[in-house]
Amino acid sequence: MTQNDGQRFDRLPPTPDEREVEGRASREEVVDWWDERFGVPSETFEDVTFWEKGSGKIWAFSANLPSPVEVEGLGITVLRTRQEHWKPTTTGVKRFGQEATENVIDLGPGEAAAFAAGHDQQIGRWDGDWGYLIAAHELAGEREPIGVGLYLHGELRSRIPKGYQEELAVLD
Amino acid sequence: MNPLDRYERLVDDVEAFRDACDRPLPSVVRVNELRATPERVRAAFAEEGVTYEQVDWNDRLFRLPDGSPGTSWPYVHGWLHGQEEVSALPALALDPDPGDRVWDACAAPGSKTCHLADLMDNSGVLIGNDNNLGRLSALRHNAERLGVSNLVVTNDDARNFTTDNLGVDSLDGVAGRSPAASRTQFDGAVADVPCSCEGTCRKNPDVLEKWSMGHVKGLVGIQKGVLRRAIDLTRPGGDVVYSTCTFAPEENEAVVDHAIRTTDAEMVEWDAPLETAPGITEWEDQTFDESLQKAHRVYPHQNDTGGFFVAKLRVGGAESDATGDADETTEVEA
Ligand SMILES: C[S@@+](CC[C@H](N)C(=O)[O-])C[C@H]1O[C@@H](n2cnc3c(N)ncnc32)[C@H](O)[C@@H]1O
Repeated sequence: MTQNDGQRFDRLPPTPDEREVEGRASREEVVDWWDERFGVPSETFEDVTFWEKGSGKIWAFSANLPSPVEVEGLGITVLRTRQEHWKPTTTGVKRFGQEATENVIDLGPGEAAAFAAGHDQQIGRWDGDWGYLIAAHELAGEREPIGVGLYLHGELRSRIPKGYQEELAVLD
Repeated sequence: MNPLDRYERLVDDVEAFRDACDRPLPSVVRVNELRATPERVRAAFAEEGVTYEQVDWNDRLFRLPDGSPGTSWPYVHGWLHGQEEVSALPALALDPDPGDRVWDACAAPGSKTCHLADLMDNSGVLIGNDNNLGRLSALRHNAERLGVSNLVVTNDDARNFTTDNLGVDSLDGVAGRSPAASRTQFDGAVADVPCSCEGTCRKNPDVLEKWSMGHVKGLVGIQKGVLRRAIDLTRPGGDVVYSTCTFAPEENEAVVDHAIRTTDAEMVEWDAPLETAPGITEWEDQTFDESLQKAHRVYPHQNDTGGFFVAKLRVGGAESDATGDADETTEVEA
């Protein structure tokens, strides 16, 4: 096993058995994780390749290139691995969370605005899993993911990165 | 000297031109169709009580009279990107197809890159390059926000850019491309070059004070080099769009004229969706190829926008087959 080189993009191995770099997630595990955690069907990722750059940061790219590549960016960040509980990114749930069927918490207008502004809030009604959830609300007739929340002990903590936090209107 | 004086003889209505240049620019957003349809955006605006006006020449552009879109739900969801109306022209002119390989030579902060990705339906490969690393972080931020996942971001001088260490050609087999198409790399390229930016005077009046002929001359060398590279990296039959936000013929027609004289690229017709003036063929003591009339100049008073210049070129000549099928080239790969 070799060590992870955080300066370049390496494509994830297809399966854990083909792993050559210590601790690196495999494509299979990433696809399974989105399916198990959020019910995002694996076909969603059919044309997507997954890459690691930095420690545990996973990027999704809608094409393929020979690995490794030394560039400044490749697709979008979707997931943080190399930690006990993998954490989806805001951009990841916005890009792929549309198809989520599980662990999506639907927020009312006031809750959605508080969440987007980065506030934590008590939400007692959730009786699903604890951990990372997709927070969504309804806009223009359909559900739309807002971002990632961490649900623990009856509280939904907003994990919207600072640069994305906004004070928004409470919709009627 | 106010550089705008130089262009009075080029415009049809001097007073309207000067008046428009003095007015601030309305704030405009483009619908990111990777995320939402224009209908859904309109419905969300209505729900939230955001006032908007549809731009009459494109149903994906909205003017927001009440100012910044930074505070609306559709914006936060990445359904919208704030960009000037004229800045939508290069991607519309290139009109890439899903699955294409496209190079955006001077990409940061990425308004045109993200628009290209939208038209490509997030498929194929889009390379967004810029030599300024700081500005590239803005490009990456915009691409993430809008969910652009077919983008490779590179940090090179566009004049010497190569895909050698990217292995973009290894996609040939995957995409089922013809051998002829694989010899050169891109189906299309955009060269939205650094320029003296007079056309942005409605946003930054400073640009007029800082303008100097010396600065223009320095830029021309870069502009020629970037356009040349874009042509070299595009396959025969592929298109290259050259654009600037200046009125200066030295940076516009003269640069494109130089490219068509020194390469096999030619100007092609493109029907601009808004009111424009044709490219010019004479300026001071210079004359330019007649085909430069196919280029478009956008003056602020014509559509109440910023100023712009856009030219569309076809590599291998205007009659070259734009589909990229191998038929006209019988070379066999060794
Ligand atoms: C007009 S701006 C591009 C705007 C961008 N296309 C957009 O739509 O957001 C020109 C860009 O060219 C970059 N640039 C200047 N010289 C360059 C060079 N030699 N190679 C690559 N990029 C260059 C600048 O850093 C700047 O970001």
